[in-house]
Formats: sequence, C-alpha cells, structure tokens
Amino acid sequence: MSIWEFANPKRFMDATGPLIPVLGILAGLSLAVGLVWGFFFTPDDFRQGSTVKIIYLHVPSALMAINAWLMMLVASLVWLIRRHHVSALAAKAAAPIGVTMTLIALATGAIWGKPMWGTYWAWDPRLTSFLVLFLFYLGYMALWAAIEDADTAADLTSVLCLVGSVFAVLSRYAVLFWNQGLHQGASLSLDAEENVADVFYFPLLVSIAGFVLLFVVLVLVRTRTEIRNRRILALISRERAA
Amino acid sequence: MIGAQKQEQFVPDLGKYAFDVLAAYGVSAVFLLALVGHSAWRSARMKRRLSETEARATKNRGQRD
Repeated sequence: MSIWEFANPKRFMDATGPLIPVLGILAGLSLAVGLVWGFFFTPDDFRQGSTVKIIYLHVPSALMAINAWLMMLVASLVWLIRRHHVSALAAKAAAPIGVTMTLIALATGAIWGKPMWGTYWAWDPRLTSFLVLFLFYLGYMALWAAIEDADTAADLTSVLCLVGSVFAVLSRYAVLFWNQGLHQGASLSLDAEENVADVFYFPLLVSIAGFVLLFVVLVLVRTRTEIRNRRILALISRERAA
Repeated sequence: MIGAQKQEQFVPDLGKYAFDVLAAYGVSAVFLLALVGHSAWRSARMKRRLSETEARATKNRGQRD
C-alpha cells in the first residue's frame, strides 16, 4: 500500500475516520498525564522556582509551532509537485493549529519571561523569529481566505509556505546562530548532557507526545472538514451549471 | 495530622510565582479549548451542510430525470 493512495479523498476519509477517536483518546491521556505529572509531582527548580512548571506547556507548544509549519511545507511541496488536493487541504488545515501553538508559545514565554528576565518581551533572536513565524501563519491563513479559486489559493499559499520555512528553521536554530539573546538553548537534545534534569525530562516527554497526538488528531479532523467543504462547493457549482 | 500534611503536599506550593504559573496554564487552556471546540464545531457544521447539499442534489437530479 502506497502513501499516495491517501491522495484520493474517499480513501483518506475511509482510512482516517476510525483513527480519530483512538488518537483523540491517546492525545487526551498523554496530555492529562504529562501536565498533571509536571504540575503536581515535580519539584521546583533551584533557580527558576515553580515557574519551571511552565516548561510542560511552553516547550511542546513551541515545538509544534515549528513542526506544524514544516508539515505544511511538506504538504505544500506535494501539492506543487504532484497536485494532490488532499495535501493542499492538509496544509490549510494545519495552519490554525500552528498559529494557536505559536500563540501559546509566545504567551507562556512572555509570562515566564517576566519573573525570570524582568520583562515580558525582548527583541531576542528566538522571540523575534517566533513573532515573524506567527505573522507568517496569519498571512498564510489570510491568503487562503482571500482567493476564491481553491487551486490558485493552494499555489500561492504553497509558495508563501516555502518562504516562511526560513523563519520556521530560524525559530529553531536562532539561539545557535546568535548568542546575544536572553533565551536559553534547547531544553531537549540528543546529547543527554544538554537535557533538563530527568525529574523534568520525563513528564516533558509525555506532554510533548500529547501535543504531537493532539496536532495529528486536529489536522485529520480539519482536513476532513476541508474535504467536505470542497465537496459542497463542487456540488453547488454542479447544481448551478445544470 | 499526617493526612493534612499529605494533602498540603499534594497541592503544590507555587510560592511567589503562583500567579505566573497559573496564568500560563489558564491562557494555554483557553487557547487549546478554543482550538478543539472550533475544530469540532466546524466539522459538525460541515457534515450537516454536506448531507443537506447531497440530499438536495439527489432530489434535483431525480426531478430532472
């Protein structure tokens, strides 16, 4: 079975329908376990005090904000190269989820920044690139809404997505490119030495799994909604033509 | 007494950062619930609209035939 079979809207609907409740339950469980574990059963950090509990929201949402855009990039490339409508609709469906994740990352970062840095906002490389990513999300959604012809909208938003990918990558690596910012380095790394302490690390991993699963479920639900919307528009235009 | 102490330990003492931590969780909960709620509401609305449109299209086709 090839992945391209899911490019057929009917196959996509048939395959994803039964998956959604299962993934939804797994997402809810992972989020509940990760956040309850992190909030109630982890100690305060010796420097940051209880604000360290914000990590269980801030890091997963920031991770998803970047990865949602990268998923949109892959889907946009599939649209541009192979012209599969489901991939264009999946990219469109992911944008509101990505923008919400970016908003959560910005809001929790600002709230965390006030007691730790003494300010809600600084024009730090990572914060600024995240703000630009947020604006790209808004622009992407506005472009989809502004163009009536769906294929033209998919073409133009795909190009915008390619351009915005620079900022998605920059958001991830800004701390490494420029060292003058307030923001710390990555909390998670393949190098165990650089990771946060185990007592924070494991609930953080569960919370991240919850955010990833939530993203997948919501992308599936919203892509199915977009496919239905496309079908409605096709039926209406057929009715008018008859 | 021991039970009371255990209960106190269960609810974490957030100290002077209580407002910041609770605000972060509150804001995130509002955004996440809004996102999930909007996705579910739009999905249900589109399902209903599609079945109405399909029913109308079938009826119109029947009348033409």
